[in-house]
Amino acid sequence: MINTASSKEKIIKWVLVSFALSSLLFLFLIFLFIFVEGVPLFHKIGIKNIIFGFKWAPTKGFFGIFPMIVSSFLVTFGALVVGAPLGLSCAIYLSEYSGKRMKMFLKPALELLAGIPSVVYGFLGVIYIVPIVREYLGGPGFSLLSASIVLGIMILPTIISISFDALMSVPKTYREGSYAIGATKWQTIFRIVIPSASSGILASFILGMGRAIGETMAVIMIAGNALKIPTSILDPLRTLTGNIALELAYATGDHRLGLFSTGVVLLIIIMTLNYIANFVIKRKVIK
Amino acid sequence: MRNWVCCLSLCIILFLCACHNSPSSSFGHQKKSLTLAGSTSIMPFAEKLAEHFMLDHPHFIINVQGGGSTAGIQAVMNHTVQIGMSSRPLKEDEKLSSVIICYDGISIVVNPKNPINSLTIAQIRDIFGGRIKNWKELGWIDRSIDAVTREEGSGTRGSFEELVMHGKEIDDGIMVQDSNGSVKEVVATDPYAIGYISMGIVDKRVKALVIDGIVPSVETIKTGEYKIVRPFLYVLNGEPDNDVSTFILFVLSKEGQNLLKKEGLIGAYD
Repeated sequence: MINTASSKEKIIKWVLVSFALSSLLFLFLIFLFIFVEGVPLFHKIGIKNIIFGFKWAPTKGFFGIFPMIVSSFLVTFGALVVGAPLGLSCAIYLSEYSGKRMKMFLKPALELLAGIPSVVYGFLGVIYIVPIVREYLGGPGFSLLSASIVLGIMILPTIISISFDALMSVPKTYREGSYAIGATKWQTIFRIVIPSASSGILASFILGMGRAIGETMAVIMIAGNALKIPTSILDPLRTLTGNIALELAYATGDHRLGLFSTGVVLLIIIMTLNYIANFVIKRKVIK
Repeated sequence: MRNWVCCLSLCIILFLCACHNSPSSSFGHQKKSLTLAGSTSIMPFAEKLAEHFMLDHPHFIINVQGGGSTAGIQAVMNHTVQIGMSSRPLKEDEKLSSVIICYDGISIVVNPKNPINSLTIAQIRDIFGGRIKNWKELGWIDRSIDAVTREEGSGTRGSFEELVMHGKEIDDGIMVQDSNGSVKEVVATDPYAIGYISMGIVDKRVKALVIDGIVPSVETIKTGEYKIVRPFLYVLNGEPDNDVSTFILFVLSKEGQNLLKKEGLIGAYD
């Protein structure tokens, strides 16, 4: 009797292990697939001509994605400029100022913000933000600025929830010590709480960047997708993700491989960002 | 453990079955199914044709899918679909046969608020080539031109490059949208935009420009005056079987051609 029970336990354990490993397997398969499809072109065209090439005309044999790499980072940076101050202030309010009831109302609302599909954000951007930018600031409206605003809002939930956790994990004794020597609430937050939580806050920014750089649908709808490196924040631009999604439907042969190469570059950038975020978080734990 | 393996394999089999669900194979009826895929420019018209064809031939089921000209041609090569739809002529290395089902004009469109009514081909080439950047150069206000093109590989873009750009490249600073509909949407909402779309979908929200003094219309295309015209093709791999030829004969019949003409296209025989 005991024997069958323990063997049942074992079966369950192995079932769970195989499920857990299957997610790893999927990750591995995705990597394998993208690299197998994407790397041959690097061989054929040359890494330098792809990553530092300025001209993207895959049907004519040009595969330069440098403007898109730059654009991806510009949009991401823009999203941070919009999202980071907003997100951080919201997290500070939630952890330091708001009462329990407010927290109970705000937290689910933020989770809802995270659950809104990106195409809805893109749609709102096209309907409201793009015409406003075009009307009052000039340019076509489909621009770096519009994309940054929308992406900045989209990364808010990531930034808020992770920096909120970081702020909450600052021990109460730190705050009490600060009050005890006569610091005001704001001084305590600014000089004690934020510096203590800085690695978590930094990690939240980096993860927000990861989300912004990987965003596709909203960016295609708002960014205008021009191939040039933008010279002002009112110029249209095309990101790496936008390039893949925009052209995949029509792509064949080397053009298709070129899109996979774009995917390889994107994957490497996102992996690096995630690695940095993990590193930043871990450093804090070891301390 | 064995139960688990059985269960998993059952799941996989069910999943594969679900993926491979074509109407004719899953139900035992003698329904014949045809699948068309390709150009998003042709898709709405192909759907109309399919609807009418299915009314007359109830034992047929016709699926029409988008994907783009190149994807359609690719799908015919792989035998994934029986008929591909292409809005650009076949390339030399695409060894397939094709049937012209009709012709379609490409209209250069601007926002209705734009007072400019006509441009020359050379001016349009300069706008999309990045040499004319301001509406002032064309006799309107001092405001940059928001030109919109289609993405690389699109059939409409391919035809535009050939018929308007004459081998000159479209500038990198031009905005890109990925369907006729999105280009129309941008032009309809942005007073300073200019783009090109299939003539069949031009409506009141955008204004089609007179090119070199010739109004884009079915008549001017028929007389050969309006030059920005491309064929719509059905692409086949090898000899068509009975079902495919029944459908194509319907499309080329008087009834099918009239349907296309009613949509603003130009018949294959005109």
